[in-house]
Order: sequence, then structure tokens, then C-alpha cells
Amino acid sequence: MSYATVLTALGGGVLIGIAAGLLLFFNNRTAGISGILAGILKPWQLDSQWRLAFLLGLIISAPLWKGLGGNLHLELDTPLTVLAIAGLLVGYGTQLGGGCTSGHGICGNARLSKRSIIATLTFMVSAGITVYMVRHVL
Amino acid sequence: MSFKNTSFKLILSAFASGLVFGFGLILAGMTNPSKVLAFLDVTGQWDPTLAFVMAGALLTLGLLQWRIQKKYRHHLTPVNSKSNIDSKLLLGAAIFGIGWGLSGLCPGPALVSLSSQLTGSYVFFLALIAGIFLFKITDR
Repeated sequence: MSYATVLTALGGGVLIGIAAGLLLFFNNRTAGISGILAGILKPWQLDSQWRLAFLLGLIISAPLWKGLGGNLHLELDTPLTVLAIAGLLVGYGTQLGGGCTSGHGICGNARLSKRSIIATLTFMVSAGITVYMVRHVL
Repeated sequence: MSFKNTSFKLILSAFASGLVFGFGLILAGMTNPSKVLAFLDVTGQWDPTLAFVMAGALLTLGLLQWRIQKKYRHHLTPVNSKSNIDSKLLLGAAIFGIGWGLSGLCPGPALVSLSSQLTGSYVFFLALIAGIFLFKITDR
């Protein structure tokens, strides 16, 4: 951790907060990415257009960031089988729990939803235990 | 600039939100799984930087909500917000946490990293979609 990374972390957080504020104010929607994604998958919801627009913005943010001269660090050194299992768990778990790091962790917590505070504590602890098991026990 | 077509305005604001959200994730370092895992590795070489992402986001969104509600007397309760705490919430969050801890990826960064053309990001994304479908099929 350095002074510079703390500043970029804070700055990134501010942008995420602004993005969630935009969606809340103009669309009256929670910027919960797992929920927005699930809403464009069958059975469809009738209001898919804004969802597609949000997801498109999210996906093209990386090439646009690079194009604007930004520094982009994308790498994945986790084995593919582990990524496949992890993806399944993230997909299933976020639907069962009604949210992920964005929906519960940012939006829900910002409006002090008890449900989101409990969900956030739960997935933080569960993720922490998982990393502990993988790195220090197994 | 005003838009007569409301649905166009809604699409544009959603697109802008997604784009700024992605920029935020990239700037914050959330798209780097090894950084996320270092944040979750409390007993190892803990890197607490990502706590500042959440702090920055919560303070900004909290402030925006407060200002908007004060100015427009408009209570921002989003569509579909629930308030019940049940075993589904706890179990779902715990399962999500295991997946997040295994990969260092949550849905936002997974979508942002799709353009990296890494095999791993495609595998994770397809599995994520499969997991969502698995829930939709079994939760009836």
C-alpha cells in the first residue's frame, strides 16, 4: 500500500459512487451489476434496454480507458477450472443472495439497508476464509 | 440539451453510469484479481488499499443521495428493493464470497475484463452466466 494507490483507490471509489448516483437519480435503479446482468437473461424482463446500455458501458470502459491513455492492468493467473467453479458460485450466489459487491456492498450500504450490511459482512468473511484456506491451509 | 424521448434519456444515463462505473473499477484496481485477493488475505501480506474504494464510493453515493433528497424531496428508494433478512440472503452471500475468494473476481470487474481477451475472463463469464441460469431454473 502506498500513498498513490490509496489515492487511486479513493478516486476509483468516488467514480463508482457517481456512477451509482447517476443510475439511482435518472433511472431510479440500483447499480447492482449481478442483478442488471441477470435481468437480460431469460426469462427476460421487459425493461432490458437500460440494462444492455449499462452493461455495454461497463464492457467498453476498458478499451476506452486504454484509448484515452490510461494504465490498464488486466491479468488472470488462476487455473481455468478454478475460474469456472468460481464463476458458477458467483453467478448462483449473487442471485440467491440478491446482490454482489456493487448492489449490496455499495448501493445497499449507502442507504444503510440492514439486508445489505449483513450480506456484505457475510461475503467479506466468506471470501476472507476462502482466501485463507487456499493460501494458508490447503 | 433536452430529450423529448424519455426512454432514450434512460438508456443514455444507464450507459454513462456503466461507463463511469467501469472507469472507477479500473482506476481503483478492482480489475486486478491479485490485488483483490491481497485485500482478502488478512492473515497474509494484507493490502488494505481496496477498503478505500468502498469508503470513497459509500461517502460519494451517501452524499449524493443526501443532497438529492434534500433538494428534490425525492426519496430515492430504488425499484425492487427488499428489506427481509433470511437464510437465502446469508447462504447466497456466503456462496458468492467463496467464488470471489477463489478468483478475485466479482461481476463488475468480470465484465470489464471481457475486452482483455484472456481465456480466463471468458471462462469466468460463461460460468457466471451458467450460475445465474442454475439459480433461475432451480428457484421455482
